[in-house]
Amino acid sequence: MTSDMIEMQSETEDSARHVYLKVLSGFWSSYRRNPMGIIGVGILVFFIAAALLAPYATSYDPTQVFISDILQPPSWNHPFGTNEAGQDLYSQVLYGSRASLIVGFTAALIAATLGTLLGITAGYFGGLVRELLLRLTDFFIVIPTLVLMIVLASVLGPSLSSVILSIGLVGWTGTARVVMSQTLSVKERAFVESSRSAGAGDFYILRSHILPNVMPVVFAQTVLVVANSILYEAVLTFLGLGNPNQITWGQILQFAFVSGAITTSWWYALSPGLSIMLVVLGFFLTGYSLDEIFNPRVRKI
Amino acid sequence: MLTKAAYFIKKIVGVLLTIFLVLTFNFYIFRILPGNPFALLFRGAGMSSEVIRDLNTQFGLDQPLWMQYLIYLRNTASGNWGISYQTRTPVWDIILPSLSNTLVLLVVAAVISITAGILIGILLAWRRGTKIDVTASAMTLVVYSMPTFWLGLMLLFVGVIYFGLPVSGMESLRGATEGVFVQLQDRMRHMILPLLTLVLGLTGQYVLVMKGALLDVFTEDFMVTARAKGISNRKLLWDHGFRNGVLPMVTLVALNLGLAFGGAVQTETVFSWPGIGLLIYRAILSRDYPVLQGCFLIVAVAVISANFVADMVYPLLDPRVRTQ
Amino acid sequence: MLNVDGLRVHYKTGQGLLKAVDGVSFSLQKGEIVGIVGESGCGKTTVALSLVRLLPPVARILGGKVMLHDNNILTATEEQMRLVRWRKISMIFQGALNSLNPVLPVKEQIAEAIEAHEHLSEKELDERIDGLFKAVGLDVSRKNNFPHEFSGGMKQRVMIAMALACNPEIVIADEPTTALDLIVQYQILELIRDLRRKLQLSMILITHDLSVVAEICDKVVIMYAGKVVECGEICQIFEKPKHPYTRALIWSIPKMESEKTELHFISGSMPDLTGEVPACRFFGRCPHGQRICGEVEPPVENVEPNHVTSCHFWRETAK
Repeated sequence: MTSDMIEMQSETEDSARHVYLKVLSGFWSSYRRNPMGIIGVGILVFFIAAALLAPYATSYDPTQVFISDILQPPSWNHPFGTNEAGQDLYSQVLYGSRASLIVGFTAALIAATLGTLLGITAGYFGGLVRELLLRLTDFFIVIPTLVLMIVLASVLGPSLSSVILSIGLVGWTGTARVVMSQTLSVKERAFVESSRSAGAGDFYILRSHILPNVMPVVFAQTVLVVANSILYEAVLTFLGLGNPNQITWGQILQFAFVSGAITTSWWYALSPGLSIMLVVLGFFLTGYSLDEIFNPRVRKI
Repeated sequence: MLTKAAYFIKKIVGVLLTIFLVLTFNFYIFRILPGNPFALLFRGAGMSSEVIRDLNTQFGLDQPLWMQYLIYLRNTASGNWGISYQTRTPVWDIILPSLSNTLVLLVVAAVISITAGILIGILLAWRRGTKIDVTASAMTLVVYSMPTFWLGLMLLFVGVIYFGLPVSGMESLRGATEGVFVQLQDRMRHMILPLLTLVLGLTGQYVLVMKGALLDVFTEDFMVTARAKGISNRKLLWDHGFRNGVLPMVTLVALNLGLAFGGAVQTETVFSWPGIGLLIYRAILSRDYPVLQGCFLIVAVAVISANFVADMVYPLLDPRVRTQ
Repeated sequence: MLNVDGLRVHYKTGQGLLKAVDGVSFSLQKGEIVGIVGESGCGKTTVALSLVRLLPPVARILGGKVMLHDNNILTATEEQMRLVRWRKISMIFQGALNSLNPVLPVKEQIAEAIEAHEHLSEKELDERIDGLFKAVGLDVSRKNNFPHEFSGGMKQRVMIAMALACNPEIVIADEPTTALDLIVQYQILELIRDLRRKLQLSMILITHDLSVVAEICDKVVIMYAGKVVECGEICQIFEKPKHPYTRALIWSIPKMESEKTELHFISGSMPDLTGEVPACRFFGRCPHGQRICGEVEPPVENVEPNHVTSCHFWRETAK
């Protein structure tokens, strides 16, 4: 066989099944080598486990009031201290992790889906569609992100679903950009050409060729989006746009601030804040490591 | 390549288009509220029917929506940005002084963080792989993972308890009667913590980008040519290294302006600094939609304008994007 | 004038010690153009950079001598090197690539090379640069343009002008025509030939393209995997090549006159220089290789005056 034919054969093999297998097998061996990534995943596993096992990790109900223990510093009974209502902060942080993580994941899911759809559309179909989508993306990038989310969330009314929607509807631009450039490069590759000349329609190509080759990048990007979503959730609930009856880490911090206990009770804001920081760090470390694998142009920090 | 004039016009048109989109968005987003938002204006004190009629004509509340939109555009252009629910004063009068307070904070923070970012970035690129580099990069990532407001809360606690810094606001009441110098000093003491919060939040990114850009530049072919010519190290670093490495920084600074405002909102809330951010926070709490609407507009316009300026400045630094 | 003797350079890489240049020797006389030929990775650029001590920090010069007149470049201090660079030995890189600083006008880039070594007045500087531009066939009015405003061939001329700015004794040209299309290549080679004639230039021309060497070089050094496999005058090499690698290289140049037959190429690739290498580096790709080639390094032997090669069987394999 001539070298041309060999090339073409290996290109056609990059179809969906091959890509998935290649991704899975090569993935773990390269990911394993990166200490940053391992630490990141470790942190995430810890927090997800904590969220799932909350009822087993504490015997208190987070809303349970200990009248005699108002604003107490950390003690054996209350490892993270108590708040101004006499509630155990350890339980609150533990149970609060559930809502924080769920909001983060959901918002990121919305953003990722939107971003992928728009990115693929802009990348695959050129011309006017791409121009419009590029303008739209630029618009969202120029407007200050947090302020836009604040406007959206306040209009929708303070609740966790407003928070999720605001983050999701504003945070898709990063994914869209990355997906668009990936789509463009995949589109140019030989196996797409050969598929098309064999008579494959747009939908088929999108589903079997473009999408599988775009997903790894989306995956890496989404991890970073989750990190940012958790941060934004914390800010939005802190500013009062969440639901006071739903405990999230940001909500705890809101109570801490509004009660004026900040300057007197150092423990109040410490545990929820540290939790946010650690989880976000975990996602960032994991996301950067994934990015290194799937996006070879990225140079190590 | 476009001519200078054509490039300028193209950019201006882009800016105007974006501002127009912002206005449209700003108008419609607040109209999706259930019920008549301006009915809320009347809660509390009873108002005479004349006042109600006057407000109706001013804001066209009895007109169809598209008419209201045009009225909104006209009002906005002429400085009538609505009336605050909370204070019953024109939004325009409230926003302007707040904006200047925010800008003071942001501009100083930007200058400090960009300078620090550049200097530390150069240092880390020079000393790549050493303990300093690894520690600094790690610290940057950690700070980046914190919500800005939480960083502010921590700094507030430490600052107040251990350093006796003011808890909130921009100035102490008694300062108004003392001399200018004392007033200035007072202002500055109040500014330390919010400034520190913003600077810490912004610098990390600048450091990483500057370092990355310089490292990229060091591997470029023209650096080898420059070294082969036997020119001084200073010239090498400055004319060849820095002048190319700084280009991604300019782009980043422009891109970051939106994020900087996000940081400002959080910081002003925590420290009760009387800027746009605090205004937004209070507007959220009291459902003061006209103020929120006005703030959104002003912040969007500020960032868009700043981006425009960056777009004009960038060709001055990079001849490759210049026009003929 | 320039004598390279037993140069050895290694790179410290993640995979081990890469023996990039392992005992390279050749000489350059005044007014000569010496070509260094070899495929990618054979070490020719490393040799060039060693001559001006511009190797990256991961490189270690392990041994050998580079004598410029009576001074050993390899033992010179950084201060001494700064006087040598550009003044005595200048370099021409691939201009069509990113070898010129994108944010400085080309005039300034040439000027800074001159200013680093001489004190000239504003006017003298201007005149010198104008002269250089004319010498390489560039329009003087374009001195203040930026590199991206020039075509590939013109950028190469800028690089040549820059290299000549301080009237160096030796010019090293690293792949000066590689990124250019054929017509421009020819023009640049013509220019170099012309300049050599007018200025009595001594040059080292590095390339992977043997046909370029045939055009303008007096002497050729054939390198393979960090070693010199053959070295001689241009006619000797082309008419009586003695090393199997040289012969394969020459054979692979398509000739206009011959019948249309298959293209010849050398199968296989260079050995991995970080690991175990055979004593004769070409062993494994050489059609005449025998056991001794893998075990004993072939000595450098004289074929005729000015012509050396290192192969165990050069006498037997010569046609």
